[in-house]
Amino acid sequence: MSVLIDKSTKILIQGFTGKMGTFHAEEMIKYGSKVVGGVTPGKGGSKHLNLPVFNTVKEAVETTGASASILFVPPAFAADSAMEAADAGIKTCVAIVDGIPSHDMIRIKRYMRRYSRIQKMTLIGPNCAGVISPGKSMLGIMPGHIYKQGKVGIIGRSGTLGYEAAQQMKNLGIGISTSVGIGGDPINGSSFKDILEKFEEDNETDAVLMIGEIGGPQEVVAGKFAKENMKKPVIAYIAGLTAPKGRVMGHAGAIVSAYGESAVEKVELLKECGVTISKNPSVMGETVKSVLTKK
Amino acid sequence: MDIHEYQAKKILAGFGVAVPRGGIVYSPENAENKARELGGSKWVVKAQIHSGARGKAGGIIVCNSELEVAQATDKLLGKKLVTNQTGPEGKIVNRVYIEEATDIKKELYLGLVFDRSSESIMVVASTEGGMSVEEISKQKPETIIRSKIEVAVGMQQFQAREIAFGLGIEPKLISRMAEAITGCYRAFSELDATMVEVNPLVISNQEQILALDCKMSFDNNALFRRNQISELRDKTQENASEVYASDRGLNYVSLDGNIGNIINGAGLAMASMDMIKLAGGEPANFLDVGGGATPEKIVKAFKLISMDKKVKVILVNIFAGINRCDWVAEGIVQALQKIEIKVPLVIRLAGTNVEKGNQILKESKINYIEANTLEDAANKAVKALGK
Repeated sequence: MSVLIDKSTKILIQGFTGKMGTFHAEEMIKYGSKVVGGVTPGKGGSKHLNLPVFNTVKEAVETTGASASILFVPPAFAADSAMEAADAGIKTCVAIVDGIPSHDMIRIKRYMRRYSRIQKMTLIGPNCAGVISPGKSMLGIMPGHIYKQGKVGIIGRSGTLGYEAAQQMKNLGIGISTSVGIGGDPINGSSFKDILEKFEEDNETDAVLMIGEIGGPQEVVAGKFAKENMKKPVIAYIAGLTAPKGRVMGHAGAIVSAYGESAVEKVELLKECGVTISKNPSVMGETVKSVLTKK
Repeated sequence: MDIHEYQAKKILAGFGVAVPRGGIVYSPENAENKARELGGSKWVVKAQIHSGARGKAGGIIVCNSELEVAQATDKLLGKKLVTNQTGPEGKIVNRVYIEEATDIKKELYLGLVFDRSSESIMVVASTEGGMSVEEISKQKPETIIRSKIEVAVGMQQFQAREIAFGLGIEPKLISRMAEAITGCYRAFSELDATMVEVNPLVISNQEQILALDCKMSFDNNALFRRNQISELRDKTQENASEVYASDRGLNYVSLDGNIGNIINGAGLAMASMDMIKLAGGEPANFLDVGGGATPEKIVKAFKLISMDKKVKVILVNIFAGINRCDWVAEGIVQALQKIEIKVPLVIRLAGTNVEKGNQILKESKINYIEANTLEDAANKAVKALGK
């Protein structure tokens, strides 16, 4: 198994006929993802990349049986698209887009509270690279070939730093069950803890690498969860040692505004939770390897 | 995005929060007239810069005559004020706000922020107005009242009342205080703010409740739907290189070190800076050219870094994903044909088509140091400093 997506997951592209949607749909199809169609309001009934286009997500889900979607819509319309996916019964929705207002993210999350735990959609992102279960399916914009199939889960905020980790692991012969980019925004669909929970339940994941950064409480919350609820080892790297307090470092969420949010403090708190720390970004792969060997 | 005190007060007034009367001036003559127009015998002359702690830096002057108002304005206009929030370079005073003085009976603190753990709006209040919230939480943590507001339904009257009672306000002023708190909340939620801080919120001797100072920040991601807010941007209050960068779609933060960085992706940028630090160097900047690292962005990035006089070495670290290293390499070569770089240049490419990318760089005859890993790149950059 893997988490969130596998070989049989049927995927819809929201914002299908746009430039971004088209390009990445093609990349996903090339990788082997089961893309079954897309949604562009007003273009329903037509074909794009030889796949059906629908006006609404509901119609697309009813016709194709899709359970996952990926959003390539501009920030102003992203909240609406995510809620439409949730309402249509999509189970996993990835929002790639950078620039969704925080107030909109809160609105999406409140809206999703109307669904029971079983019915509820898992929203990944925004401002992320998406999800990949190597060798099975890709629901994202990452370069698929740098991910080797295997048994380590990755959860990260940053796209390119996640690629760096995947590449380091591949060079050491370590494979990945699923890699999940949760994005760099202050309020995101799924937290580190939300995804850790899924990896703990996944029988093909042996260990998890968390790639965090300065700002917000999520990494530490996940560390506490791991300490209290997880049997699988967790490894972490926290970026932003040199980041000055009070400045936004590229990601809207990467800002130190309270105690426990700097890289040094997060590392200390995670160590207390028994998480193995990768002391620098160059040894993420090696640190994972040493933990796997110890097991 | 931050705005000035007088702009924030105008917004608050629109949401029913009382503020002292005042006006913005651009010259001492202007200031004298404004003081006369406001009337009374005591005024406060306030430098408008994007920073708190202006009082301690001499940016707020109490005056007892129109002449003093003119003199104080003359002293402040064009001056660079250095506060504990501006950094050593300070911020320039281009606008001065003249306000009628308030007879203060009691100073309170009121702040609204996003609470990332509960994903709601958090109201923070304290009876210890005038101090920063950090100072209050260190020295008088017992005075702090916190209230989480459910965004979907907004602030309820009882919540505003609870805060007001918590502040120990006398009963006849409770409803007015609750209105002021609700007004601040509405400004926050209706204008896509990320921070509203009224410090101090005062009760005057005449029993008015007034916002004596106010700071507001807004969500940059929401400015597309807040035209009236985005028009309030004052670029003179921002770091010039950072303005240059943001105008060109680059994510840039100026720092104190001497190793300039050009990196794709915010996380990888922070990680590369960490490696520089661990290798014994100091980054001169944070610069994310975007995950895609298009040739145009790379040209702009080189231009930006070459303007920074502190930079003694440039480190380029690009992980090519969907884009390919050979495209990135061509972008770098193009950039270096347009911009002359006089300091050592370390380039590390990784990801798709890395061999081809490195080959293009080598054949281009540009003068650079090749690096293979993150660690290698940082070490070589620090080593190049000594040359």
